[in-house]
Amino acid sequence: MIWTLAPILIPLTSALLAMAARGHPHMVRAIGVTGAILLCGAGFGLLWAVENQGVIVLQAGNWPAPVGISLVADLLSALMVTITGIISLAVAIYSLRDVNRNLLKSHYFALFHFLLLGVNGAFLTGDLFNLFVWFEVMLLSSFVLITMEGKRQQLEGGVKYLVINLVASALFLSGIGILYGKLGTLNMADIALRLANTPDAFLINSSSILLLVAFAIKAGMFPFFFWLPASYHTPQVAISALFAGLLTKVGVYALIRSYTLLFNSQFAVMQDVLIVLAGATMITGVFGAATQFEIRKILSFHIVSQIGYMIMGLAIGSALALAAAVFYILHHIIVKTNLFLVGGLIMRKCGTSDLARTGGLYKWAPGLALLFFIPAFSLGGIPPLSGFWAKFSVIQAGLEAEHYALVAAALLVGVLTLYSMIKIWAEAFLKAKPMDSRAPAENAPGPNLHWTLVVPCVILALLTVWIGLAGAPLLNLALATSEQLLNPEIYIEAVLNPPIAHYEK
Amino acid sequence: METLIAILIGTLFAGGIYCMLRRSIMKVVIGLMLLSQAANLLVFTSGGLTAQGPVFLSSAETGSTLAQADPLPQALVLTAIVIGFGVIIFSLSLLLKAHQAVGSDDINAFNKTDQVS
Repeated sequence: MIWTLAPILIPLTSALLAMAARGHPHMVRAIGVTGAILLCGAGFGLLWAVENQGVIVLQAGNWPAPVGISLVADLLSALMVTITGIISLAVAIYSLRDVNRNLLKSHYFALFHFLLLGVNGAFLTGDLFNLFVWFEVMLLSSFVLITMEGKRQQLEGGVKYLVINLVASALFLSGIGILYGKLGTLNMADIALRLANTPDAFLINSSSILLLVAFAIKAGMFPFFFWLPASYHTPQVAISALFAGLLTKVGVYALIRSYTLLFNSQFAVMQDVLIVLAGATMITGVFGAATQFEIRKILSFHIVSQIGYMIMGLAIGSALALAAAVFYILHHIIVKTNLFLVGGLIMRKCGTSDLARTGGLYKWAPGLALLFFIPAFSLGGIPPLSGFWAKFSVIQAGLEAEHYALVAAALLVGVLTLYSMIKIWAEAFLKAKPMDSRAPAENAPGPNLHWTLVVPCVILALLTVWIGLAGAPLLNLALATSEQLLNPEIYIEAVLNPPIAHYEK
Repeated sequence: METLIAILIGTLFAGGIYCMLRRSIMKVVIGLMLLSQAANLLVFTSGGLTAQGPVFLSSAETGSTLAQADPLPQALVLTAIVIGFGVIIFSLSLLLKAHQAVGSDDINAFNKTDQVS
């Protein structure tokens, strides 16, 4: 029980403490990193507890299930909370150098932890309206983080990000309203149970579509992805790395939850829609990236195309496909955060993020080249890195279910992803540095990188290599997760009839 | 009563979307407000609209057979309204700053992030 609460209470406490310690930068930094370490530990604790005890349910205020709000941790939630902890730790360490005193004074670490509070809350809640509230917690912190420095680009990107996300929230709320009007409950397990036992379940599709659109906007799916490449490259590197890793995946998580639990009985109706959206998301994202020449914009477009693979796993819906989607999410969060962090290092070394003006890094910083190589080629799906196994399992699932068009799209997108990564590799690392009055002279290798900037990238790169070389335990965990997702009775029973054992301790 | 409110919600949604498609950023904020109010009203209506029945007493106690409104959506909508306040205040201040930085209230001038460098 303590494990379900810890991932919510730790960020909340850290955020409040960081706010209280505003005037003391060292103390704020210490609180920020300590909170992230504790959160990381709490994530692993939750995962361990869920693996041993099955689905853990905490009924808030001890109100029985459909009445009160339930916090539910099944394997999917636990895995997402764990990965959130790892990413928050990496980004918190990176922030020590990357975030200057002014931002610290504007409550950077407090907002950082409020964001994590929203993300973890969204992963753990078992109540639809509560999910809406956690989304808002997450969104408001992200609005402030993205526009923090007040530069023109950030404000412009922030406006686009804000407007589209508020429209998504309005649609989400309308979906909740219609759903409540029809079913009279907002507890996810109860919704699934009532829909499974009625012959008129198709009536729920109006609100199911509203939720699909709302989550698709948050996940950056086709045709709702335009806000993502317009805003993610503008803020401080640490902030955009955190967003790139976590925020869109909350949308994907919500979609998986919706179509494996809430609207499970109507999955067959939505399957074709999801398949088309998945294919279109992959393809538009990767073509968008091919036209760009700014490092973080290329990476942002690749978030969109990679989201397509995850939705592809969900859309196919078999046991292997769902496991592949979960594995893909875990791999992608690590790799994408790492790429944004390393992209920040390239920008520091070259003083610019425009690929036309970078160059020569292979000569000046071979270590940085290795650090970029691992996540970039993992994203492109080169064996034996983690991305290969992720793509391999998604495509195998597609072949088994005979979705050949989708498989063809996935393969094509894989090749084009590699093209984009090779473009960054060739422009930033291999070619000689162009002579430019604004960039440092030919002989200057750029500033030295502080260890706090390098260590998080190294840790994440090691994780990528580890998943690639010895990823079997993780894949087994993903398979166990998909087993749970395909049998929503487990979740429903755990929430609606909590055995007494859960109240111990 | 529900029909009337349904028409009102539809009008609010239509008006909100119309305002958001205009080029002035101020109208975008007004559009956002209308949209969030439309969603709030929709949640509120989902509990059923009735003026007669008491909420907390059962019909056995009052002897009344009138339908009662479900109080939960009213609680939900209160939460949503409060969140909406915060979000709208933040959007107003963000748009004010963006307006100062860009020097125009025309959405078409907000194009710096979309340029291919």
